[in-house]
Amino acid sequence: MKRVVVGAHYGLKDWLAQRVTAIVLVVYTLLWLAIAVDHGGIDYPLWRGLFANGAFRVATLLFWLALLWHAWIGVRDIWMDYIKPTALRLTLEVLTVLSLVGYAGWAVEILWGAAK
Amino acid sequence: MPALERPVTRPRPVYLNLVRIRLPLPGIVSILHRLSGAALYLIGLPLLLFGVQRSLASPEAFDSFRGALSNPLAKIVLIGLVWAYLHHFFAGIRFLLLDVQQGIELKPTRISSIVVLFVSLALTLFVGVRLW
Repeated sequence: MKRVVVGAHYGLKDWLAQRVTAIVLVVYTLLWLAIAVDHGGIDYPLWRGLFANGAFRVATLLFWLALLWHAWIGVRDIWMDYIKPTALRLTLEVLTVLSLVGYAGWAVEILWGAAK
Repeated sequence: MPALERPVTRPRPVYLNLVRIRLPLPGIVSILHRLSGAALYLIGLPLLLFGVQRSLASPEAFDSFRGALSNPLAKIVLIGLVWAYLHHFFAGIRFLLLDVQQGIELKPTRISSIVVLFVSLALTLFVGVRLW
């Protein structure tokens, strides 16, 4: 069988990234659940205190980056499946990337702005 | 049976019409995974960032943000997003298990589909009742 090999195995890389980021998201979600259950809910002092903690901020940044990467692969798959005209698909993909990179900047601003 | 011995079948209808398609249970879980993911990207992501930013500003902002959630429309949107997150969460874990060859026979895939649909709806109901 003759195979047409395209790209640089980015399909496999993305497939794996989707799953690795998913596990990061699950772990972080369970961390929040454990904190909320342990504390019996979430009030302002706890909320504020968590975001004042450097390790928590880094963990949250990791969560956000995993979330944005995860969203990129998922949303791109949706565009690839349903939007056939190349120009329109490319436009939507670029807008998706821009929104996600913007969200990443916003997340950094929130996390390190909260440190002040 | 091998492909060559298979009797020639009459052409079967292919329903690509979304109204006529009848998805099997795993198909329902799958399309809801996609729909919930799209909703989380479009609405959930910006709302989460906005919420975290606002609520961290001051105790008053935290309270006023909580107060904004007493709006029935805000509650409906939040409950919708809670369902989207929960369904995406549990359906995602199911997909991860399928990836490592767990429960890939017909019957287990149906059972796990029902479990995903039921657990995410039940937890959404639980959160919804507490929120309301």
